[in-house]
Amino acid sequence: MNKVKHLIEPDDLTNSEIESLISKGMDIYDNPKNYSDVCKGKIMASLFFEPSTRTKFSFDSAMIRLGGNVIGFSDASTSSTSKGESLADTIKVMSFYSDIIVMRHPKEGAPKLASMVSEVPIINGGDGGHQHPTQTLTDLITIKRFKGNITNHTIGFCGDLKHGRTVHSLIKTLSRFEGNNFILVSPKELRLPEGLKYQLTKQYGTKFTEVETLDEVMDKLDVLYMTRIQKERFFNEEDYLRLKNSYILTNDKISNAKANMIIMHPLPRVNEISYEIDDDPRSVYFEQSRMGVFVRMALITTLLEEAK
Amino acid sequence: MLEVKGIKEGIVIDHIKAGNGLKLFNLLMLEYINCPIVLVMNVDSKNLEKKDIIKIEDKFDLDLDKLGLIDSNITVNIIKNNKVIDKKNVTIPKKVKGTFKCSNPRCITNSDDYISPSFKLIDSKGTPEYLCEYCEEITKYDGYLLNK
Ligand SMILES: [Zn+2]
Repeated sequence: MNKVKHLIEPDDLTNSEIESLISKGMDIYDNPKNYSDVCKGKIMASLFFEPSTRTKFSFDSAMIRLGGNVIGFSDASTSSTSKGESLADTIKVMSFYSDIIVMRHPKEGAPKLASMVSEVPIINGGDGGHQHPTQTLTDLITIKRFKGNITNHTIGFCGDLKHGRTVHSLIKTLSRFEGNNFILVSPKELRLPEGLKYQLTKQYGTKFTEVETLDEVMDKLDVLYMTRIQKERFFNEEDYLRLKNSYILTNDKISNAKANMIIMHPLPRVNEISYEIDDDPRSVYFEQSRMGVFVRMALITTLLEEAK
Repeated sequence: MLEVKGIKEGIVIDHIKAGNGLKLFNLLMLEYINCPIVLVMNVDSKNLEKKDIIKIEDKFDLDLDKLGLIDSNITVNIIKNNKVIDKKNVTIPKKVKGTFKCSNPRCITNSDDYISPSFKLIDSKGTPEYLCEYCEEITKYDGYLLNK
C-alpha cells in the first residue's frame, strides 16, 4: 500500500506544516481564481456516519471550489455499515472510488482505523468527543488573518472547557507556538480536564490561569474564544444563577476589552453571545466559518499533492 | 498436603498470588494448549501466605510478557532435564494488544470486530494505566476486563 499522509489529529502536522497550510489558505482567500481547477478530475468522498451539516458543507464547498467532485453520504443509515459491514471494509472500498476521504464518525478512533486501511488520504471531520483537527486549522487561520500571526497572544477560553473538544485541540496546538498564554474562564465544575492540564504543563510548559468570571480578565485578552455552556452542565441552580450573566457576552461586557481583541466561536451558538455583538468589528465568528473553507481547500490540495 | 511432582521439561510459573492462578490460566489461554498442565491453588508459601502455581509440561513458546499484567512478583522457571535452566523476570508489558477492552464505550475498538484494542503503558505504579491507541482514553487494567 502507498504510504499516504492523513490528518487524524492536529499532532499529525508539524508546526511548519501548519504554517504552510495557513499561508496557502490565505493565498486561496486572496486569489481564489488561481485555485478554481486545481482538483479538476479528482473525487472527494464525504462520509458522514453522523450528521454535521456545517462541517460536511464546508468540506464539500471546499472541494467544489477547487474544481473537484464530491460523492458520499450524510447519514450512516444510508451506508452499508448500517447492514453490519465493518468500517474497515467500507473505507477500503471507498478508497478505490475516490482520491481523498473526509469522514465524521461517532466512534472515537474510527478515522485512525480508516487511515490504516485506506489507499487514499483520510481527513478526520470529527470523531465523537475525541478530535476535530480541521476546526483547529480553521481557528488558527482566523487568528492569523485577524491578528497577523499565531504567536505571542493571550487567549481567553470561556464556557464549558471540560467537554469542549474544539478547545482542547486548539489549546494543545497553540501551545506548540511561541509565547502564547491562556486564561481559562469557566465554572469550577467545567474546567479543563486535569489530564490535559498536566500534559500541557509537562509537554509544552504552557502558561495558563483559571478564573470564574470574564470581567476580571477581559482587558487582558487578545483573543476571546467563546464556547457553548448549557444550563444542565451546572451542578446546582445557585451556581448557574450566580455565573449565568458573567458568561453571556454583551456590548457592556466587552466595553473595556482591547480595541483589537477578536471574538471567536466555533458555532453554532445558543445564547452565549448576544446578537448585539455581531456588529462589533471585533466579532469574527462568521468570518471564522468562512475561513474554514479556505483552510480546508489548502488541506485537500496539499494532501492530494503529497499522495501523488 | 496435596503433592504435585515437578516436571521434567517445560515451564513452572511460581509465586502467583493466591487467586490469580485462574486469571493467568485464562490470560495465557491454557485451555487451548494440548499438553499436560497443572494449576495448583492455595498452597502454603514461605513469602506469600498462600500461592498458586502453574506447571506446563513440554511447552516453551508462551506469550509470557502478559503475565506482568496480573502480578509482577511471579517467577517463571524454564526447566530442561529436571533442572531450572532459566528464570525469567516478569514486568508490566509496555504494549498490549487484544488482551482487554478499552474502557471508553465510544471507542471504535468496542464496536468494530476488524481491530483489536491496543494500548501503550503510561503508568505502571499501582493499577497499570494504559492509553488506547485509537481513542486515547485511559484504561486502568484491573484484571477483569479480559477477552474482547
Ligand atoms: Zn479506546
